[in-house]
Amino acid sequence: MSSAIVINEVSKRFGKKYVLNQINLTVESGQIFGLIGPSGSGKTTLVKIIVGMDSASHGNVQVLNTSVPNLQLLQRIGYMAQADALYNDLTGEENLAFFASLFKLKKVVQKERIAYAAELVHLTADLKKKVENYSGGMKRRLSLAAALIQNPDVLILDEPTVGIDPELRKSIWSELYRLKNEGKTILVTTHVMDEAEKCDCLAMVRNGEIITSGSPSELKNQYGITSLEEVFLQAGGKQQ
Amino acid sequence: MRILAMVKRIFFQMLRDKRALALMMVAPLLVLTLLNYLLAGNTVDPRLGVINADDNLIERLEDSEITVIQVDANTKDLLLDKDLDGILDINGEDISLTLTNDQPNAAKALQMKVQQAIAAEKAKEQAANLSSFMKTIQSKLPGMTDKMEQVKSPKINTSYIYGNEDTIFFDQLNPILVGFFVFFFVFLISGIALLRERTTGTLERLLATPIQRRDIVFGYLLGYGLFAVIQTIIVVTYAVKVLDITLAGSFWNVVLINLTLALVALTLGLLLSSFANSEFQMMQFIPIAIIPQVFFAGIFPFESMAGWMQVLAKCMPMYYGGNALVEVMYKGSGLGEITNDLLVLVGFALVFIVLNVVALKKYRKI
Ligand SMILES: Nc1ncnc2c1ncn2[C@@H]1O[C@H](COP(=O)(O)OP(=O)(O)O)[C@@H](O)[C@H]1O
Ligand SMILES: [Mg+2]
Repeated sequence: MSSAIVINEVSKRFGKKYVLNQINLTVESGQIFGLIGPSGSGKTTLVKIIVGMDSASHGNVQVLNTSVPNLQLLQRIGYMAQADALYNDLTGEENLAFFASLFKLKKVVQKERIAYAAELVHLTADLKKKVENYSGGMKRRLSLAAALIQNPDVLILDEPTVGIDPELRKSIWSELYRLKNEGKTILVTTHVMDEAEKCDCLAMVRNGEIITSGSPSELKNQYGITSLEEVFLQAGGKQQ
Repeated sequence: MRILAMVKRIFFQMLRDKRALALMMVAPLLVLTLLNYLLAGNTVDPRLGVINADDNLIERLEDSEITVIQVDANTKDLLLDKDLDGILDINGEDISLTLTNDQPNAAKALQMKVQQAIAAEKAKEQAANLSSFMKTIQSKLPGMTDKMEQVKSPKINTSYIYGNEDTIFFDQLNPILVGFFVFFFVFLISGIALLRERTTGTLERLLATPIQRRDIVFGYLLGYGLFAVIQTIIVVTYAVKVLDITLAGSFWNVVLINLTLALVALTLGLLLSSFANSEFQMMQFIPIAIIPQVFFAGIFPFESMAGWMQVLAKCMPMYYGGNALVEVMYKGSGLGEITNDLLVLVGFALVFIVLNVVALKKYRKI
């Protein structure tokens, strides 16, 4: 198995403050990789560096064997930002169509992808509504649909399930599994522990450092505990 | 391709935003109309109180459009009570003029008229004295038959290179205002649009797609540029056809100048929006970056500015725009005379475009 994302000695500093400190991380392709940590731990910063929206102060990142940032690479990365970045004065469909037209896609394929992505997040019936009339959860789902629009090989989702009800969350996860089985690599950040269980591999982040990583069962065995939450607390405690 | 996607999206957004659309298309017309009526308003005849003036002088004063009112005392109370602009008190050779001077311009004009009337009256008296004096001499010297020719008071024929005797301040100011309002409203709408895209995070999201930074800038230029074209044509047509302002040169040259100005405004608006974090901060650029432009656009004569002010003027796009507009609209110049101004404006736009593309590096290095 080749590595889809390789993060090498990445540090990030805002002014004097180090937000990320020598992060090393490898995401194998075809994995669902979870980045778990409390808010403010540096997950979003790391994710932005992976996509190329921000640059590391030290170190480098490679996605699909290409150094970040790279324009062609962005065609193959689907990014869902933590804050919904949508055009509120356009309809859901217009939003999806706009993002679709920024990627190299044939007209017919665009239509198919819009229909597919909308169906996936259960928004088909609301596509003609303006986004300003959407609820928070609906906006979140539309953002996810926009990230999937160009059928990317790598999905980078920053807290994708925040504000989404449990039923839909479940269906989104089952879709993520389906995408994984298609061979896609998925990186998800979350601060909810029960989502961590669903990942193939986990990295726990605290104060800009990775305190431990491995598959959920490996981590539990390593610490001899059955709950990941306990693992997080122990790993964090051990470090201090 | 991606530029077209941007343009299409901007169109959808703009057509849905009725307020912004109205601000861009209708607001300049309203402001121009208001100014037109304010500046073109006929002035009221000044009211002058007179003491001991003879009928000839009064007639002369009335001829020069002064309302003459007989009064009996030269006091401030009377001046104010009767709502007079001044009192002319004639006491033999001793003439005094008291002016209310609440509007210095009007007072100066009144003073001029009164002086002229008195001088003319004196000259007439002088001429009459002279001619009776001559008659006496002639009758005393029978040998002299030639009559002395009366000197006619000279009549000055005034002609105007630009405009005519009906030209009012607004005619000269108008070209500048037309350009300024196009500049101002395009700046505001495009700047705030890009700013909103920054604050809602969609700009960042956009840059997470394979779009090039310059495609974003050109998308904005084309999208809002098309609205600017429509706005320019509406504003210029309205100014010329409805407000009936002087247009000595070609209509299309005026449109061309305004479009170039709109291009500069567009690129400047986009650029300044990258230094603002909110719509209010965008507004703060108006007194700094926009209002001063109008002062240097030709309202105050360039020649009478101090040296450093002239240098400042030459840094302002509106200086060139105003200059070109006055050339075409007021002086009737052709494309040849405005080419330089247009080139400088295009130069401004190019610089701003490059700076915009660079400014987007803040979000993505490539
Ligand atoms: N642009 C920035 N300038 C300064 N500090 C920042 C900036 N972005 C993030 N931070 C800081 O970096 C830290 C990590 O933030 P973030 O990556 O958003 O955490 P998370 O996504 O895990 O909640 C926080 O302390 C935040 O205040
Ligand atoms: Mg975050």
